[in-house]
Amino acid sequence: MHESKKNLAFIDGSRLITEALVRAGADTFVGYPITPANLLYLYATKRFPTMLAAPDEITTLQWMSGFAVAGHVPVTATSFPGYALMVESIGMAAMMELPMVIILVQRLGPATGTATCGAQGDLNVVFGTMSGGYSIPTFSISNYHDCWELSAKAVHTAIQLRTPVVLLTSKEMVMTLQSFDWSTLPEIKPKQVKLYNGSSPYLPYKADESLIPDFLPVSQNQHQVRITASTHDTKGILQNVLPEAIDNTKRLELKVRKHLDEYTVFDLDEQEGSDRLIITYDISSQASREAVASLRAKGEKVSLLVAKTLLPIPRVYVEIASRYKRVVIVEENLTGQLRQLLFGVAGRNGVSGVNGIAKMISPTEIIEEVLRHE
Amino acid sequence: MSSLRFLTDAQLPFCKGCGHALVAQNTGKALQKLNINPLDVVLVTDIGCHGIVDKSFLTHTVHGLHGRSSALAAGIAAGLNNPGKKVIVFTGDGGATIGMQHLIGGAHLGFDMTVVVHNNMLYGMTGGQPSEFTPCGFKTPTLPEGSTKAGYDICELMVAAGASYVERVIGIGDFSDSFAKAFSASGFSLVEVMEICPSYGVKSNPGMKLSKLVEDAGWNVRVFADGKGPSFKTPVNLEPKSLLSEKLEVQPKYASSIQKPVSIMISGSAGEGVQSAAEFLAKAAMVSGLNSTKKGSYPVTVGVGFSASEVIVSPNPILYTGSPIPDVLIITSSDGLGYARAAASRMKAGVLYIDDSLDVPETGARVEKVPFRERVGAKNSAMYAVFYVVFHEKLYPVDALKDVFLSNKIAEKINIETLLQF
Repeated sequence: MHESKKNLAFIDGSRLITEALVRAGADTFVGYPITPANLLYLYATKRFPTMLAAPDEITTLQWMSGFAVAGHVPVTATSFPGYALMVESIGMAAMMELPMVIILVQRLGPATGTATCGAQGDLNVVFGTMSGGYSIPTFSISNYHDCWELSAKAVHTAIQLRTPVVLLTSKEMVMTLQSFDWSTLPEIKPKQVKLYNGSSPYLPYKADESLIPDFLPVSQNQHQVRITASTHDTKGILQNVLPEAIDNTKRLELKVRKHLDEYTVFDLDEQEGSDRLIITYDISSQASREAVASLRAKGEKVSLLVAKTLLPIPRVYVEIASRYKRVVIVEENLTGQLRQLLFGVAGRNGVSGVNGIAKMISPTEIIEEVLRHE
Repeated sequence: MSSLRFLTDAQLPFCKGCGHALVAQNTGKALQKLNINPLDVVLVTDIGCHGIVDKSFLTHTVHGLHGRSSALAAGIAAGLNNPGKKVIVFTGDGGATIGMQHLIGGAHLGFDMTVVVHNNMLYGMTGGQPSEFTPCGFKTPTLPEGSTKAGYDICELMVAAGASYVERVIGIGDFSDSFAKAFSASGFSLVEVMEICPSYGVKSNPGMKLSKLVEDAGWNVRVFADGKGPSFKTPVNLEPKSLLSEKLEVQPKYASSIQKPVSIMISGSAGEGVQSAAEFLAKAAMVSGLNSTKKGSYPVTVGVGFSASEVIVSPNPILYTGSPIPDVLIITSSDGLGYARAAASRMKAGVLYIDDSLDVPETGARVEKVPFRERVGAKNSAMYAVFYVVFHEKLYPVDALKDVFLSNKIAEKINIETLLQF
C-alpha cells in the first residue's frame, strides 16, 4: 500500500530525465524528435528555458556547439540514425571543449531498423565516436533513480570537464510508464561553468593541473576567445603537429581519464561466498536485479554489478570481475558489446553473455545462464 | 570610421593574387566604418583556404567543420540573442555547397548573422575540383573539359529563402561598403564575393577575366535584398514550470486483494483507444494501492495497424517491466490478433479475452469470447475490455477504474454505463 508515499505518480523516465537536466544546469535543448526520443523532445518544449527545433541532427549538434560557445549548456536527445549524423560534430565539440549532453535513446538497428523497439546496440558506436580513440564520458540509466541522478551527473560532468557527455538509455526506459514516488529523489543543485577571471590575456586552451581550461563565452568583450576544432595551441590557433599542439590534443584524453573516479558510478551488490557475478547496464539492469532476487530466494549465491559509468571503462569493473570464477554479462544486443570491451575478443574462462535482440531480456533467461554450468 | 584594429600586422596567409586577402581587409574596414568593438564580433570560419585567416583577426574566432560554419554561427547568434553582436561567417563555394541546407535554413529563420561566400568556383584546398557554384564552361584541374552545368545563383536562392540583405560583388578593390550594409542589416545577410583562384582557376582558364566570367554565367552584380528582413529571436522562458507537479499525483483510495503480480497484455488497433485503456487500467491499480507499469508497442505509423500495451499490476515493487508470457491477454481486433498471436501461443495458463468476431488463436489459456466491438463499437472496444477484465479477474474494485475514467475528459464522450456491461 502507498499510504505513506508523498508524490506517487504514473510517469515515464523522460519526464524525470528532462526535469533533472534543467535542475542540474542545462538551459538549452536543441533537437529533432526522432523515435523513440520523442517524449524527451516534447518535455523539453515545456521545461527548458530555451528550446529550438532543428531540421536535422547535424544542424542540432552545430547549433548546440554555437550555444555552448555563447556560454550555454545545451542538451539533445536522439537515437542511432541521428547520432550517426552527429558524430563528426561531436568530435568537433570535444576538440573545442564545449559542455553538452547527448541523450542516446537506443532502438533496434541496424540502420533505421525498428524505430519503436528498444535495444542496447550502441555502446560500440559511442565507444568509437572519436577519431583516435578518445573517450566521451558516457553514463547509462538502469532505473528511475538513475533517470534523475545520472542525468544530473551527466550535466555536471559536461560542465566540469568541458566536454560532450553521452547519456545512454533505451526506448523502454523513456517511454514506459511506471508508478513512482518522486519524494524519494535527492535534491539536484545546478552547476555553473567555471569562468576565467584573470587580467592577463585569456588562453582558451591553457589548463592548470586539473587539465581543464577555464572558459569564457564570446558574449563577453574583455578578452579575445579563439575556439577551433583543428589541432591547436593553447591560444586556440591552428597548428600542424607542433609539440605544444599535440600535447593539447593528448590533454583531451588525459583530462577525461584524470577525473574518471569523480564520475564513476555503479551499483555493486556482492553476496558473501558467491563465485558468480552478473554484470549488466541500461535496460537489462532491472531484469538482472529481479533475477538476482529470485536466485537468492532459491538459496543460490550470486553477486551483481550494475555499470552506470560506461566510458571510459572504469578499471574497477575489471578488478571486481577478476574476483569471480563465473561472470555473466547481460545486454540486449547480439554480440555482447560490454563483454568485448571488458574482456576483448579472446574473452576469459568463465565469462559468458546473455544476449538477444528485439525484446527485453527476461529474468528467466538470466537465471538459466547463471545456473547453466551447475 | 574608427581606428580600431581588426587585423594583426602579420601578412595574410594567402597565395599571391588571391581575393581572400581582400575579403579579410574589406571586412576589417567595414567593421571600422560601423565603429564596432572587435570583441563584439565573432568570426566563424569554414574549412578551406579562407578558413586559415582566424589567426589574423583580432575578433573572437571560431573554426569548425567543412560546410557547417553557417549552422555553428546560427547557434552562436541564437545563443547570444543580441543584435548588437556581429556574427560573421567566412565560407567558400565548397563549404556553401556542402552546407547549403544551413544557408537556406539560416535565411529562412533569419538568424542575426552575415555569411560571406568566397566564391572562386572550385574547391581550392583539396586540389581544385568543381563545386556546385562552378559555372558552365569553367575548367578546373580535375575537370579539364570544363563544367557542363550552370553554377548556383546563391543570391537568388537566398532571396527565395528569406534572407534580409543579399549582394553579389566582384572581389576586386574596395567593397567594404557592401560588407558594412550586410553587417548592419537585421536578420540573415549574405554577400557573395566573386574571386578567381590564382593557383587553380587562373591556370586552368588562361586569359579569362573575372568580370566577363561572371557576366557570361548570368550572375548579376547587384543588391538582391535591401536589409529589412525579420530577425530571429531566441525563445527564452525564464520561469518554466516543473514537470513534477501535484497534478500528477495519484492518491490510493481503494484496496486490491491480489497477492502476486498480474501481467495483462491488451492488443488491438491504432485509433481504438488501446493505449489510453491500458493507462487507465494501470492508474486505477495505483488508486487501489498497487504498483503498476505500462509499456506500449506499436508501429511507427501512428494511425494504422496494431496497437498493443503490456500492463503489470503488483502488490510488490516491479523491477522488470517486460511480460513475455501474459497472465491475461485481451485481443479486441484483427490487427491486435496478428500482433498477439505469438504471445497467445506462449500462454500455458491464464485467460485470453477475445472479441467474439475473431478466430481463436492457438493458446493454452482459458478462452473467453466477448462481443466487445458489438456492444460498444470499435472505438471504445479496448476501454470496455479493460472494465470487463478488471471486473471478471477481480484485479481491484471496478470503482477505482470508474474514478480514473470519470476524472478524464474522455468521460464526456463515452457513457460510463455502456462500459459496465459485465
